[in-house]
Order: sequence, then structure tokens, then C-alpha cells
Amino acid sequence: MSTDAGSVTGAAPPPAPAAEDGRSLGSRIVEWVNGGLVRVFLVVVGLFWLVPTIGLFLASLRAPQDMAADGWWKVFTEPSQLTFGAYETLLENDDITGSLLNTAYITVPSTVLVVVIGSLAGYAFAWMEFPGRDWWFLAVVGLLVVPVQVALIPIAELFGGIGIFGSLTGVVLFHVGFGLPFAVFLLRNFFAEIPRELLEAARLDGAGELRLFVRVVMPLAGPAIAALGIFQFLWVWNDLLVALIFSDAESQPITVALQTQVRQFGNNIDVLAPGAFISMVIPLVVFFAFQRQFVSGVMAGAVK
Amino acid sequence: MASDTAAGASKTAPAAPRSRKSVTGTRTTVAALFLLPALVLLGALVVYPIGYSVIRSFYDQSGDGFAGLDNYRALFTDDGIRTALKNNVVWVVFAPTVATALGLVFAVLTERVRWGTAFKLVVFMPMAISMLAAGIIFRLVYDQDPDKGVANAVWVGVHDTFAQSSAFPKAHPGRESPLEPAGGGAFVTKGTVSAGDTVTLPLVGVAPDVMPDDAKPAAPPEPEADRITGTTWQDFTRGKGVGTLNGVDASELGYAGMRIEAVKDGEVVETATAGADGTFSFSAKADGAQLRLPGSNFKEPYNGLDWLGPSLVTPAVIGSYVWMWAGFAMVLIAAGLAGMPRELLEAARVDGANEWQVFRRITVPLLAPVLAVVTVTLMINVLKVFDLVFIIAPGSSQDDANVLALELYRKGFAADQPGIASAIAVFLLLLVIPVMWFNVRRLRREVRR
Repeated sequence: MSTDAGSVTGAAPPPAPAAEDGRSLGSRIVEWVNGGLVRVFLVVVGLFWLVPTIGLFLASLRAPQDMAADGWWKVFTEPSQLTFGAYETLLENDDITGSLLNTAYITVPSTVLVVVIGSLAGYAFAWMEFPGRDWWFLAVVGLLVVPVQVALIPIAELFGGIGIFGSLTGVVLFHVGFGLPFAVFLLRNFFAEIPRELLEAARLDGAGELRLFVRVVMPLAGPAIAALGIFQFLWVWNDLLVALIFSDAESQPITVALQTQVRQFGNNIDVLAPGAFISMVIPLVVFFAFQRQFVSGVMAGAVK
Repeated sequence: MASDTAAGASKTAPAAPRSRKSVTGTRTTVAALFLLPALVLLGALVVYPIGYSVIRSFYDQSGDGFAGLDNYRALFTDDGIRTALKNNVVWVVFAPTVATALGLVFAVLTERVRWGTAFKLVVFMPMAISMLAAGIIFRLVYDQDPDKGVANAVWVGVHDTFAQSSAFPKAHPGRESPLEPAGGGAFVTKGTVSAGDTVTLPLVGVAPDVMPDDAKPAAPPEPEADRITGTTWQDFTRGKGVGTLNGVDASELGYAGMRIEAVKDGEVVETATAGADGTFSFSAKADGAQLRLPGSNFKEPYNGLDWLGPSLVTPAVIGSYVWMWAGFAMVLIAAGLAGMPRELLEAARVDGANEWQVFRRITVPLLAPVLAVVTVTLMINVLKVFDLVFIIAPGSSQDDANVLALELYRKGFAADQPGIASAIAVFLLLLVIPVMWFNVRRLRREVRR
């Protein structure tokens, strides 16, 4: 509602100014100035928020020798400096392209598995009857806030023991494990709101539990699955810590590949800037395309 | 986008269906099949590690010997961990409160402009990118060199607007100079001057591109009765060298704007400023004085703050965190605002309350629950902060920027001290247990209805 007519500008309120007889000219001027100040403030803050990202983008479009000489804002006076050279070099770099693929290989299965496994469990918690159901669910909810750090050492040993340390499988499994509490929590709450009559009707038609789940529940769960999917997708895509520990040179995603370059920050800005920007493209596209779902995912996960 | 979606999204955790009967009258085995994958994975990947970490934290680094509380004692004696603890406290106190406060201000103010949605999008956007990318972005922002890092470029710009920068950094006397260093970066003539004399004050060492724009070729001093006249200039021309040592050559530039003091018995009796051609003059008052070029002429130009140095690195990294997460606070608070009873605000305004009073007495108290949730969420998040510190703090100041999650990584995977690392992990877990308990309690009420 914030953007619709009611509160428009913060200047003298538009509705029926004639009726505002109690308002002096002075107080209207004060309000008008205040409205102007608010706008100036928000514009400055907006710039503050945009400049760092724009800086990275422009830096990625300059040759390394230009970056060594001066700041990215130089392109405003010398636009001829702009070049896609760094991107071309980067995309010929097998380490980087390989790690981008790894990011996809990790993110997609993690997201799909979390959604599928989470839905099954969420449905069971919402609509099936078994002993201790609520306790089991509360236990899962309790796991929502467990920090991933707790699991790093034990899981490293566990994965080492069963031989998947350093593999894509290990990274995916870890993300699924830590994505599940939120998935179960979100989906169980969503499923619980499905009207009982709908399920009973399907049951009368002779549908079994699995059929009910696939044909009735899942098609209704679109919004919840979208929110969860986007959230999990971005979470895994952007992860550094888990992959830093559980992947090796072959299976490392883009975040880890770039992280290894950060130690010599000044010298390889021509890899880091375009690399970081490429790694941001997919999340940003997803973000702009699915803002609505992303926001609801973030909000539901407020306590994660 | 943000505001209305947000409003629509706050419908999590509804009550379960009133009747606990299964629609289908399922057998427990079917339920078990649905639950099995989730419970197995949660058990193996989340629950088992908790138990393992707790037990491991009581054993020594090799894992063979029981160590009692030694690893926990290390939390408070190990220098690295103590710094990390201290920094974590700073993080937990400042990062969530600053982000929430900014989020509140943004949420309230965006309601007053038409393009509030666009603004929210801009501030919320950093939430979508990785902390690694944000880290690289801010490494660039915080670059020490004001010609490269935007933070210092702005800071130096502001600083130089208010404080005059010196004109002649690195200038110093050449060979056989009549000047000698006088402490505090100043130079002073070896002898005294008397009325009617001419003085030459040659220096070298100012890079040609930092010479003042209005500097003209230096003019030799013209003697004047009852006055002391002189010239101060760069006794060097690029490509031509010194020329006449301590004498003015046609190609040499005057030190336009150089400040000169006449000093008698330690007191400044007169000051002068050199003209564009480097000439200056003193009245007879300066008779018998030494001429001094004060150090303020030669100070290094101001270079901005060392953002990523030991003392500022934690605030700098917290700044980047706030950049990422203020949008989160803003969106949640905006959703809370959207659900607020408008009549209440209008009633207060009609009663003559000004905007500040409305904000302070009505908006904030009504939003208190939302503000609490946002702050607590951010606190949990901040406890686990790793990527930003790991990426932004350069190797030289990473020890000073240390936080628990980073120290756990170092101890567990670089230093091979899994016992201590496990103790840190358990400590982190203990810190979030109150929130865990709160979540479960809140939900139990709803589930049980």
C-alpha cells in the first residue's frame, strides 16, 4: 500500500486542501521543505547503495593497467577505456568456466532435492497421522537456527569416511541437510492451509496417499514451492563456506574459485571484478524475475 | 513490489487443521516412508554433528585423550579466539541495530515518495548477491589509495575542502644549500638576514606534476633599500638538471604560494608568501632574523583513512554487512507498516501531533514486535558471519578482524585443532539455543490448537 495515492509525497496532503483551514501557510512551507529533504536524503542513500556495485561493474570493464593507474570513475571522462577484454579472457579460462558449471551442478540438485524431500515430509506433518507427529515437527523446527559451523568438522570426517569428501555429492548433501528444516517448516505450514474438503473429496474418489500428494497437494503448492525454491537456490548459489570445505579443485564452485584469487587482490582485479560480476548475474536475474517469491521466502525464513 | 508482496507473505505458521485425524486414515508405515528421506538426512547431517561436536569438544586435538574443559578454557585464553570473541560482541551490538535502524528509517520515509518502490529495490538488491561478491565489491570501495578506492576518494575530497593541503610535498634543500632542516619538517637559513640583502631559498624534489598551476619561471631577487627581498624556487628542471647551483635559471619555476617566516630569537616577527615567480619581501622588522620555511609547506598530501588497517577493519566490514542487510530489515518493517491501522496515525495527526511525535509515539511502539524479530534474526545471522570478514580483511589485518566463525574455520581446517574448533562450534550453538527454544514454544502453541 505504501506506493498508492494516500501518502503520495509527504508535501501538503493533496486531499481537499480547502478543508485544511487550520493549516497556516508557514506550516505548509515547513512540510514542503521536509518533503524535499526526504527526497534528497533518499536519493543520496540510493546512490550510496548503488555506487559500490556500479564501481565493480565499471572496474570489470577496464583494462588491468588502467585499474592499476586510477579509479573506475575515470571512465566517465575517458569512456574509450571501456573494454570487454577481461570478460573474454575470463571465459577462456577453464578454471572459471568449469567452476561456473560446478555452481550449477551443486545448486540445481540441492534445490530440487530440498523441495521434493521437504514436500514429502511437510505433507506428512500436515495431513498424516502417526505417533508423536507434533513432537517430530517441533524437533525439526528447532533445527532451523542451528549454525552450519557446528557441522563442518563432523561432516568433513563423515564424508572422508565414506569417500565423498571433495565431491559434488558431498557439497549437495550438506546443502540439502541444512536446507531441510526451513523447507519442512515452510511447506508444512502451507499444506496445513489446504482446505480439508479438497483432500477428502479426492479420497472419496479413491485416491491413495501418494496420488493425493502428487495430484492434489503439489499442484496447489506452487507459491510455497516457488518461495522455497528461489530462497534455496540463492542460498546455495551464493555459498562460500560449505564449498570451501567440502569441494576440491575439481568440484569447486565459482565462489571458491574466486576466493583463491582474493589473496593477491591488487594484482588480479581483472579476474576478480568480471568473475564476481558473472557470479552475480544469475542471482540478480532470479531476484528481479521472482522478487515476490524471494521476498516471501526471506520473510518466512526470518529466523533461519 | 516489495511492500505488497511482503504484506502477502507474512502468513507463515498457520494453525494446523483442528482435527488431528488423517484425511486418508494412513497407516504409520506410509507416513514413515514420506518422512524417511528428510529424517535420515536431518539425522545424519544436522543432529549427529551436534552430538559429535559436543563430545569432540571434550577431547584433545588428536581426538585420543579426554581433555575435560581445556578446549573451553582456550576460548578465553587463546589470543586469536579472544579477539574473535571481542569482535563478535562488537558485531552483535552494532551490525543488527544499525541495519534495523536504517531499515526503519528507509521504510518510513519511502512511504512518502512516489518512487519508494524503486528505492526499496535498490537497497534490497544486495541481499541477492553472494557475500563473496559483496566482499570483492567492498575491497574495491575500501582501497587505501584515494585515486582508486571510492571511500577514500570521497573522504579525502571532503577533508581537503576543509583543510588546506600543502603545496610542496617532499621539497628539500639540495647540495650546498643555504637552508638546513629545523625540526617539524621546517627548513631555516643557516645565517641571519639584514635589511637591503637579497636571499635565495632554493629547494629541490617537488614532482613537476604537483607544482602549483600558477607557478611562473622564477625571478632573481631585486635588492631594495630597507627591505629584505628574496626568491624561493625549484632549483632543478626536468631534463636539464640543476643548472647554476643555488642560482636562478630561466627554466626553473618559482614556488608560488610558499609561506616564509622571519624568526628572531625563536619568535616569528613577520611572515610572507611567495609570488608566482617565487619572489617575496620582508620589511626592516625582519632585520637580523633567520628565514624559515615552516613544515606546513611540505606535509605529505592527506591520503585518507586506512579502512582495512587494524583499527578500522571491523567497522569497515560491518559497514559492508549493513549495506547487504539493511534491505532485509527495511522490507520486513515495511510489511509491518503496511499492516498498521492508518486511522490511528491520522487521528494523532488531526490531534496536532507532528510527524516526529507520530513516529516516536505511535509507529515505533506498534512496530516493536517486528523490530524485535528483525533484530534477533540479524543477531543470529551476525554470529555466523564468515565470508565478509574472510574476503574483505586483507591478510595483514585479518587477525584484528577475526570473528568466531572465521576462527573456527582456521582452527579446524588450517591449524588442525578440531578440539578447540568444536568448542567454538558448541559455543555458537549455545548462543542460538534461546532463539531455538523461542521458535519451538511459539510454534507449539499454534500446532496444538
